[in-house]
Amino acid sequence: MSFLKISNLYKNYGQVEILKDINIEIDKGGFLVLVGPSGCGKSTLLNTIAGLEPITSGEIAINGKSVAGLHPSKRDIAMVFQSYALYPNMTVAGNIAFGMEIRGVPKDERDKAIKQVSDILQIGHLLDRKPSQLSGGQRQRVAMGRALVRDPQVFLFDEPLSNLDAKLRVDMRTEIKRLHQRMKTTIVYVTHDQIEAMTLASKIAVLKDGILQQFGTPAEIYNSPANMFVADFMGSPAMNLLNCRLEGGAGSSLSVILDRPGDQPLALPIKLANGALGAYAGKEIIFGVRPEALTDPDGADRNAKSIAEGECLIEVVEPAGSDTFAVTKLGGKEVVARLRADAAIHAGQKTKLAFNLDKAVFFDPKSQLRIA
Amino acid sequence: MSAASQDVATRNSIFVRAIIYVVLILFAIYYLLPLYVMVVNSLKPLDEIRQGNMLALPKQWTIAPWLSAWSTAQIGVQPVGLKPYFINSVLMVVPAVALSTILGALNGYVLTKWRFKGDNIVFGLMLLACFIPFQIVLIPSARILGLTGLAGTITGLVLIHAIYGLGFTTLFFRNYYEAFPTELVRAAQIDGASFFQIFRRILLPSSGPIIVVTVIWQFTNIWNDFLFGSSFSGFNSIPLTVALNNLVNSSTGVKEYNVHFAGAILAALPTLIVYIVSGRYFVRGLMAGAVKG
Repeated sequence: MSFLKISNLYKNYGQVEILKDINIEIDKGGFLVLVGPSGCGKSTLLNTIAGLEPITSGEIAINGKSVAGLHPSKRDIAMVFQSYALYPNMTVAGNIAFGMEIRGVPKDERDKAIKQVSDILQIGHLLDRKPSQLSGGQRQRVAMGRALVRDPQVFLFDEPLSNLDAKLRVDMRTEIKRLHQRMKTTIVYVTHDQIEAMTLASKIAVLKDGILQQFGTPAEIYNSPANMFVADFMGSPAMNLLNCRLEGGAGSSLSVILDRPGDQPLALPIKLANGALGAYAGKEIIFGVRPEALTDPDGADRNAKSIAEGECLIEVVEPAGSDTFAVTKLGGKEVVARLRADAAIHAGQKTKLAFNLDKAVFFDPKSQLRIA
Repeated sequence: MSAASQDVATRNSIFVRAIIYVVLILFAIYYLLPLYVMVVNSLKPLDEIRQGNMLALPKQWTIAPWLSAWSTAQIGVQPVGLKPYFINSVLMVVPAVALSTILGALNGYVLTKWRFKGDNIVFGLMLLACFIPFQIVLIPSARILGLTGLAGTITGLVLIHAIYGLGFTTLFFRNYYEAFPTELVRAAQIDGASFFQIFRRILLPSSGPIIVVTVIWQFTNIWNDFLFGSSFSGFNSIPLTVALNNLVNSSTGVKEYNVHFAGAILAALPTLIVYIVSGRYFVRGLMAGAVKG
């Protein structure tokens, strides 16, 4: 039984379709992350769940009950905004208690709730301050406190970390995850940061141009992207998407043929090809391999069933401390490989790289959809 | 060489600065001269004014012209001074300013935070009200006041001023609230606050500067208005500006210039006080929203 269910949702602004046929379901206690580039409609989708924007057609149900047409305050939700949206004229305590005040909760109960929430978020010493006297991280906590105190059925987060500096963002990310493990409340979280999406989510919905590209667990999204957009968007550095030719087939094993500048094309034999790929034998396809699946032979995954090696001309070497990134050129495009930190490679040299073909994915160049 | 040129530069900048100050002081004197003449002559007996030197300080100081202007001078046919008309003006200005400010704030709130289809057209039409000359609305207004039975009453004047000011107050508040973060309104909606609760608890507490601007603007305009006052007032609702005119024009025999001066200052005093008390907010408020802060 899904707890939050969005079915066949459409949202138009006049003639413009912002959201097209969105279908998402999430279980109680789940952490749904809506991710996509700016303008993809993810914040609009969150606002329709909150009831801040009306939907054109479709259905949104929370805990089996349709909320379409209900006022935001009647949906049993709480929201944390990107700008935090703290009331500037009220103290921190006033901000947290405002909703209760409006609902007519008696003063002593309000104080108890403020105390409880401020203990969880460690903002007890800030209760008498105005929002303008707080740092970014403190404002973030107060905004979460205001949401927590409602004890809602669903939390909605609209890019809550995008206004924080890099280090604080990582800390708050962990804090949100810890909070979720503790509260076990269903969360819908909007972000454009794919790392936030991967680390926090139990389910990810990738959106682009108002269309749901893929909906699944972080592992599904990362390892089996539905199309080239998802493959390219999720993961950093991005997946290498290379033009190649598929040769062989009809009994013999398949090979991926990649062009190299100033050298013979590189052929990578595929041991575990499935039927779908066979139909593309002799055709141009897109070969996708993530940087971490393209390593020096010593650093290759020992559990991988299908590894192919090939000599590549290294153009640039970028040591990053924990890893070394190497850039080479295959299939007419730059390719990033992720090597061990102490891998002995130099720019301008030919080096043997190991392709982990277990992790490789293939796309149809026309439809951009994944073949295998 | 560089030290010498620096010296010249410093001397030049002092020289330029001195010229600027001299010019500014001259302009200030020129600008303040009428006020000086009014104050000085309102404190002289009439004889001294007749001797011809308007700029001289009084030889014999007296506040008799002020007392006369306030309570005994001949206004039209009655020797009552400006006092009852001053009260009329206060009774007219305070409700008219309050009404137009509150309605303007509500309009601004709705036009920015509760957008509806055609809201920009409505705003455009209200904006047009700022550019309509007084004279055009005189006859329709008179007709409506007559139909509603408010002709010649203070209530009628309040109504006319409030409606005429609505275009300006709406413009002020709309532009101010345009820069007010909409997320705050949304957060309050999720917290369950109603339309008026959001207005009163979230928007109004942050509207100090623009309220000051609106109040000064409306107070000055309505207090100083002569046309509506002379067109729509009845015997018991004549505002101060019209009474001042009657005072100056109704003297039989000698013109009591000192009383006229005192009366004119009395009429200008409230707007002057409002400016002095809250003028610095005026500039700040006019600038608000220009830079997102």
